[in-house]
Amino acid sequence: MTKVVPVLTVIVALVLIWYAAAVGMNAQWARDQAARAETTLGFGELVVDTWSQDRPVLPAPHQVAQGLYDSVLAIKPTSKRSLVYHGWITLSATLAGFGIGTLAGIALAVGIVHSRAMDMSVMPWAIASQTIPILAIAPMIIVVLNSIGISGLLPKAIISAYLSFFPVVVGMVKGLRAPDAMQLDQMRTWSATNSQTFWRLRLPSSMPYLFASLKVAIAAALVGTIVAELPAGATRGLGARLLSGSYYGQTVQIWSALFAAAALAAALVVIVGLIERGVLKRMGMAQ
Amino acid sequence: MKTPVINAKGVCLTFETNDGPVQALKDVDLGIERGEFVSFIGPSGCGKTTFLRCIAGLEVPTGGTLTVNGLTPDEARKARSYGYVFQAAGLYPWRTIAGNIKLPLEIMGYSKADQEKRVEKVLGLVELDSFGKKFPWQLSGGMQQRASIARALAFDADILLMDEPFGALDEIVRDHLNEQLLALWARTQKTIGFVTHSIPEAVYLSTKIVVMSPRPGRIAEVIESTLPRERPLDIRESPEFIALAHRVREGLREGHDA
Ligand SMILES: Nc1ncnc2c1ncn2[C@@H]1O[C@H](COP(=O)(O)OP(=O)(O)O)[C@@H](O)[C@H]1O
Ligand SMILES: [Mg+2]
Repeated sequence: MTKVVPVLTVIVALVLIWYAAAVGMNAQWARDQAARAETTLGFGELVVDTWSQDRPVLPAPHQVAQGLYDSVLAIKPTSKRSLVYHGWITLSATLAGFGIGTLAGIALAVGIVHSRAMDMSVMPWAIASQTIPILAIAPMIIVVLNSIGISGLLPKAIISAYLSFFPVVVGMVKGLRAPDAMQLDQMRTWSATNSQTFWRLRLPSSMPYLFASLKVAIAAALVGTIVAELPAGATRGLGARLLSGSYYGQTVQIWSALFAAAALAAALVVIVGLIERGVLKRMGMAQ
Repeated sequence: MKTPVINAKGVCLTFETNDGPVQALKDVDLGIERGEFVSFIGPSGCGKTTFLRCIAGLEVPTGGTLTVNGLTPDEARKARSYGYVFQAAGLYPWRTIAGNIKLPLEIMGYSKADQEKRVEKVLGLVELDSFGKKFPWQLSGGMQQRASIARALAFDADILLMDEPFGALDEIVRDHLNEQLLALWARTQKTIGFVTHSIPEAVYLSTKIVVMSPRPGRIAEVIESTLPRERPLDIRESPEFIALAHRVREGLREGHDA
């Protein structure tokens, strides 16, 4: 209860600011229309108009809510205009990319921890890879893969993986190095091999670090997928909805897609968090 | 003549650090016979841990010779000659107590059936019979340390090396564990090397007390205990015990002045 009041207060404040901003940003169009019709608007009429335009610069909250209702609940999930349909397209590529990125990240971390050469050479490249703007290379990857006949889910998953492997590498390297000198010495007293030490000590010890990075990685994977859906030609997925909305000035559609993407991201992070809690509790490592 | 189980002759060890060389051990001569209980006592930094780690093959002396069961420390480790107990129990939270004790057995490739038998046996030795299915967090600090001793005993090493195993525990628990450790030693006939900060603990447990002094780390005095092997806790009030403790304290003081 004590949390609900402040959270609600913030939400109400945001909605109020949003309504006020909608008035400010859509007023110009309303006045222009009125001038063309050679009438003038009173303040009340202006406000009502700015909150109910067809193509507002900034749609009012209830318009976005209506847009979400129309495209989520009031429509068959298989329809091309359903956000559930587009959300599923985006989600499937996100999960594929997240899976690829996680496996690649773990593999690189294992290499980095066990090989001095990889430790020195891989990390700088991994960091460099993240400094390249994803917006710049996403279209190239899509075009190149398209030209060799690969389209659909895979190119998007690759871009998604490109963004999500990095937090996994960083977290896993730290996690695999988490065992302290005493624990490693203990393994040495039993003449344990590297692989025995890995499976019995390093890997279990890394779990809290892995899950912390997975939460970042899954959000990054979603961003990657959406960016991959932006290049012209894409017709399916939340990213495509964002882009086509902006082509045709359908701001309500843009905002609906944005909210759908945000809700999807939040849901994914929450799910990873729940799995984390379950696993760490079972391993006796919950904080 | 029979060579001692642990035989150190002129063992030296110098660590190369960024601030220059640190001489952790200088000319350490020591023989430990089978079945002895030897305590190492001395101020912090006098090389107790380093010497124990040399015996275990975790550090390599830079001079002198050191044999364990007639082998080099490295060979001795591969021959599973010793179990090592660290100051922290170091039990894995994701394994049960039995699972933790099985850990070295799995690594060494014992059969499943053999693992079960051994776990049961060593749990009995440390009086944790009914705790195999519990997780470490369900046990007190003293019980966790007993579990870690059980783990070190599980593969039948005849030497037990212990580096301040009870250092983090309170006095009452410590007394109890000391008593149990003596009983365990009597039953198993192990050779024990035991590092401690506590004079009463060293005197109560040991057949031989090695007093060490720092900078450079070396042996100041080796005191053979005159106490009988059978030692009830109240032996600590006997004049003999008090005299021994006094000798150890004198030895520590001289080492410090030097
Ligand atoms: N790995 C190491 N590198 C450098 N110096 C060390 C290392 N281990 C121990 N020393 C130094 O060696 C000396 C003896 O240390 P140690 O054997 O841990 O003493 P004790 O266990 O008696 O307190 C100390 O001066 C310590 O700083
Ligand atoms: Mg020490």
